[in-house]
Amino acid sequence: MNAMQSFLAMGGYAAYVWPAYAVFFIVLIADTIAPRLRRQRLLRELRARFARQSTRQPRAGNGASPTPSSAAIDGERTS
Amino acid sequence: MANWIPLWLHRLSSPPTFYRFAGTLLPWAMTLTVLLGAIALYGGLVLAPADYQQGDAYRIIFIHVPSAWMSMFIYAVMGVASFIALVWRIKLAEVVAMESAPIGAAFTFITLVTGSLWGKPMWGTWWTWDARLTSELVLLFLFLGVIGLYRAFEDRRQGARAAAFLAIIGIINVPIVHFSVNWWNTLHQGSTVNVFGHSKMSWDMLWPLLTMTLATKFYYAASLFRRVRTDLLALEGGKDWVRQIAQGEDTP
Amino acid sequence: MSQPSLTTACAAMLRRDLTLAWRRRGDIAMPVLYALIVTMLFPFALGPEDTLLQRIAGGVVLVTVLLAMLLALDAMFASDIEDGSLEQLVLAPQPLALMLGMKILAHWLTIALPLIVISPLMAALLHLPGPVIPVLLLALLLATPLLSLLGAVLVALTVGTRRSGMLLALMLLPLCVPAVIFAAGAVAAAQQGLPWLAPISWLAAALVLAVVLAPLACAAALRIALDS
Repeated sequence: MNAMQSFLAMGGYAAYVWPAYAVFFIVLIADTIAPRLRRQRLLRELRARFARQSTRQPRAGNGASPTPSSAAIDGERTS
Repeated sequence: MANWIPLWLHRLSSPPTFYRFAGTLLPWAMTLTVLLGAIALYGGLVLAPADYQQGDAYRIIFIHVPSAWMSMFIYAVMGVASFIALVWRIKLAEVVAMESAPIGAAFTFITLVTGSLWGKPMWGTWWTWDARLTSELVLLFLFLGVIGLYRAFEDRRQGARAAAFLAIIGIINVPIVHFSVNWWNTLHQGSTVNVFGHSKMSWDMLWPLLTMTLATKFYYAASLFRRVRTDLLALEGGKDWVRQIAQGEDTP
Repeated sequence: MSQPSLTTACAAMLRRDLTLAWRRRGDIAMPVLYALIVTMLFPFALGPEDTLLQRIAGGVVLVTVLLAMLLALDAMFASDIEDGSLEQLVLAPQPLALMLGMKILAHWLTIALPLIVISPLMAALLHLPGPVIPVLLLALLLATPLLSLLGAVLVALTVGTRRSGMLLALMLLPLCVPAVIFAAGAVAAAQQGLPWLAPISWLAAALVLAVVLAPLACAAALRIALDS
């Protein structure tokens, strides 16, 4: 176990090295998880909205009431 | 419209196509990240010998330097994407630019913190106002400013254009800050003009560093794909292809 | 009906904004009072010892003026967006960049110029040596329009959004770092008896660049922000 202990001690600099690595992992893991959570929430909202739309009116064809944020400037605009 | 853009690139910028493309590549990118990262960490933490001068503290380099390079790389990608978004108004470019900002901020933050933790045992100080550190700090503020401005708008596409404009202004600013802080340091001669000069790195230390650099690049790709896919779903909320995905997937 | 000449249009724009500011001339006093009060806080915070205050005087005056201008920046387009005259300006046949340049000039005249006028007082409160004050004035004369021009671009970007003033500060202050460095550097150099012309020249060069480019950027930013 001595090899393990000396590895963890990092030549006396453990107090600097390990927090540094911890920050690295924590920040990147947070950056990995956050979009996943957002995506799940978004899909839930979208499904709820589509369910509301289909009960409100029979599906005639394309997307009924788009969200305000996407509708106003949908479609590619070339300058 | 620019006719010289190859057809596949133009097709790729269509949201549903990119969504599928990114979705296919995402697991590969993540796998490569974890694989290369693990190899790099083993090489850096276990295999590489302790440094003659810095002992084991130098091992912070294996996460600090790749993070610093990523912060610069993402800043460049954000700039290019912002430019494309402003000139050609391509939705995908807007999304790529905006979603690069948080990832860039993350890497810049890591750079600053790990650099500080490395600086304390090595040079005795948590922080110094030399050109490189100051520019990195300004870069963090730039990323945060872009994120903040983007979120201030009700209309996402308008917000993306405004934030893209800010990104381009900020990108011009960072080298200017670097230059002016350099000048300022020569004026106030008390400050430390230090560069952690590792003249020639031995191969034992170099290969884990390069491997980790590659790993972080794949990480950026993976994270970007993940974020862009979600953003495209949000932007195109009313369209049929989104409906199919939302209703087709049982587990999101 | 002939279209007014460009000079007439510029003069009219300038006169309009100055008149409007004059009608709210109480507001002009605000940044000045703010700057004086903040300057007063430093001796209270740091102790009245002369040598220390002298050391920080140039920098404190500069940062205080910068912050006072930052606070007043919102007002540049605020009333015009409220009554719709800003959109009218965008639609007008006159070149938008030029008209915005006049607006920025009016804003600088009403906000920054009073600050520059009382800056010797602020400097004296902090015991800045007399011979350095002209350099401070020159640095402020060059740095404040630079701040106005940069600030205008960012205010244009955020016009009409519901955002806190803090966001503007977050966006603007990193851009001001080089200006602050060179302006304060000039004052510090003068204080140490070193040549101070180099940083002043850099400031002047940056200002010339900004005078040409910032109104154009401001017009582009405004079009982005209003286009919805």
